[in-house]
Amino acid sequence: MRRGRAWVFGDNIDTDAIIPARYLYTTDPAELAQHVMEDIAPGFAGRVRPGDIIVAGRNFGCGSSREHAPLAIRASGISCVIARSFARIFYRNSINTGLCIVESEEIPNEVQQGDDLELNAEAGILLNLSRGTVHRIPEQPAFVREIIEAGGLLPYVKRRLADD
Amino acid sequence: MPNLTQKLLSAHCDKDTVYPGDLIQAKVDLVLGNDITTPLALREFFAAGFRRVFDPERIVLVQDHFVPSKDIKSAEQSMMVRQFAREYRITHHFDVGSAGIEHALLPERGLVVPGDLVIGADSHTCTYGALGAFATGIGSTDMAAAMAIGEVWLRVPEVMKVVLTGNRSRWVSGKDIMLAIIGRIGTDGARYMSMEFQGPLVAELSIDERMTISNMAIEAGAKAGIFQPDEVTMEYLKHRAKRPPRLYTSDADAIYQEELVMDVTGMEPVVALPHSPDNVRQISEVGEIPIDQVVIGSCTNGRYSDLEMAARVLRGKKVNPNVRLIVIPATQQVYLDAMRAGLLEVFIEAGGVISPPTCGPCLGGYMGILGPGERAVATTNRNFVGRMGHAKSEVILASPFVAAASAVMGRVAAPWEVAS
Repeated sequence: MRRGRAWVFGDNIDTDAIIPARYLYTTDPAELAQHVMEDIAPGFAGRVRPGDIIVAGRNFGCGSSREHAPLAIRASGISCVIARSFARIFYRNSINTGLCIVESEEIPNEVQQGDDLELNAEAGILLNLSRGTVHRIPEQPAFVREIIEAGGLLPYVKRRLADD
Repeated sequence: MPNLTQKLLSAHCDKDTVYPGDLIQAKVDLVLGNDITTPLALREFFAAGFRRVFDPERIVLVQDHFVPSKDIKSAEQSMMVRQFAREYRITHHFDVGSAGIEHALLPERGLVVPGDLVIGADSHTCTYGALGAFATGIGSTDMAAAMAIGEVWLRVPEVMKVVLTGNRSRWVSGKDIMLAIIGRIGTDGARYMSMEFQGPLVAELSIDERMTISNMAIEAGAKAGIFQPDEVTMEYLKHRAKRPPRLYTSDADAIYQEELVMDVTGMEPVVALPHSPDNVRQISEVGEIPIDQVVIGSCTNGRYSDLEMAARVLRGKKVNPNVRLIVIPATQQVYLDAMRAGLLEVFIEAGGVISPPTCGPCLGGYMGILGPGERAVATTNRNFVGRMGHAKSEVILASPFVAAASAVMGRVAAPWEVAS
C-alpha cells in the first residue's frame, strides 16, 4: 500500500528536468534525490514526503537513458509515478530498478495537486481520498510482473541463471 | 512479410519470426557504456554478485561525457571504469587519447556492422541504425545484466515507415530533415516504435547524414531508427568493419503500423526553438533572435562532414564579437582529419575555439555552460530546460550550416546570409 499527496506535472517531463546532468558525477541515490526536479520545480526535493505520488501527462521521462532519473525519484521519497504515458527507456529503467509506475489515461485527468492518494497495486486500485473517487489501474504484462516480483532485473536474471 | 526490424530481432532470439508486442530475450552483439552510465552499471553488477563478463570483446566502454575529467568526482567515476576495464580485460576501452564521442567512435572504428543488435547505456545508441543495425538505448541495470549474460529483454516494436523523397536545396542537411520529421510527429510521435527510413532520397544521404537522422530517432520517442544497408553503407564499411556484415532487407509486402512521407522539395533549413526538439520553425520564420554562443559538435553533428559544412560557411568570416564559437570534433580521427584539411584554421581564424572530443556542453557537463538568460545555437540534439546550463538559459537546435551562419551574424541566421 502506498499513500501520499499528489504532485502534478505536465507532458514531456524529460530526464534533464528530473535530474540535471550537472549532478551525474555521482551514483549515490540520496545525493541525486536532493536535486530531483530542481530546474522545473525548485524546492521540490525538500517538500516531498515519503509516500507521495507524482501524477504526470504524456511521455514522462523522455530524453536520456540515465537511470539516475528513476533512482533520484525513488530516493526522494516518491512511492509511485502515474502518467498518461512513459518514454520507453524510463519505463524499462523503472521496472528494472523497482520504481513503481502506473500508466493511466484517466487518473491524470482527475487528480489535483495535493490530493491525498492511496495506491493498492496488488488490488489494482487507486483511491483519491480527497475526492472520494476510485480508479482502476491496468495490469502489467506477466513478464514485467516477474521482474518486479523478483525485486528488479538483476535478481530476476540471477534467479534465471540458477534455474538453468 | 517481415520488415527489417522483425528480421533483425528474429535473428537474435530463438523465434523464427517475432511480431510487434512480443517480449523477447535477445542475444546482443555489443554492449556499450560511457563514463556516466557505466559506474552505475558496475555498482549493480557487483551488488548482484557477478564476477565474470559474458565476453570481454563484446563490451565497449567509452570515456566521453565528462572527460578529460571536469572535476574530482568525475575523475573518480572515470577511474572506476578504467579499473574495471583493466581487471576484466575489456578489449574496447576508449580513454582520453583514443576516445571520442561514443556514437561517432564506434562506427568509425568499424565496431558496429549491419545486422548487429547493439544496446548501449546511452539514449543515442540508436545512431547505429544508420548502418542497418538494430541499436537502442537502455539503462545501467540493463547494461549490467547484459555484461553478465549477453542478453537483453526487448519488446518487439511497431514500425513507422518513413519515406524520404524529393529534391533538397543545397543548405538542407540530414539534421534539417530529421528536425522537420520530429516537428511534424512530436517528441512522442514514434514512442516505442522503430523508424525505418526508406525512399529515393536515401541513396543521396551520406552515412554521416544517416547517422544524424538515426541519432535523433530517440527525440521522437523511437526505440530505433534504421536504414537498410546499400552501396553507400558497404563503401563506408570497406577497410573498417571488424566483423562480417549480415544484410537484411524489408520484404516488399512488409507490414508497417504507420507510414510518413517526408518530401524535402522546397524545404528550407529549420531550427528547433526552446525548449523542445519538436518546436520546429523554418529559418526564414524565426525573426531576430540574438545569441551568445554557438556549439558545433556532439554525437548528432560532430563528424568530419559536419565540420566541413560549418567551415564552408565560416571560411574567411569572423565570428560576431557577442558570440563565443565552440567547435568540438567528435573523435581524435575527426580532429586529425579536420586539422589536415585546414578546417581547424578556418575556425580559429574566424575566432572560434576548438575543444578536445567530448560530449561536454551538449548535456550541460562542461566546456561551454550557459549562464542565466544566455542563449545558444547548437548542432546538438536536445534543448530541454537547463540542458546546456542554467535553468533560465536557452538552446536552439540547428544544422552545422545554420549554426555557423548564426555565429557570424550574432543571431539565428540562414546560411545564405553569410555564404554564397
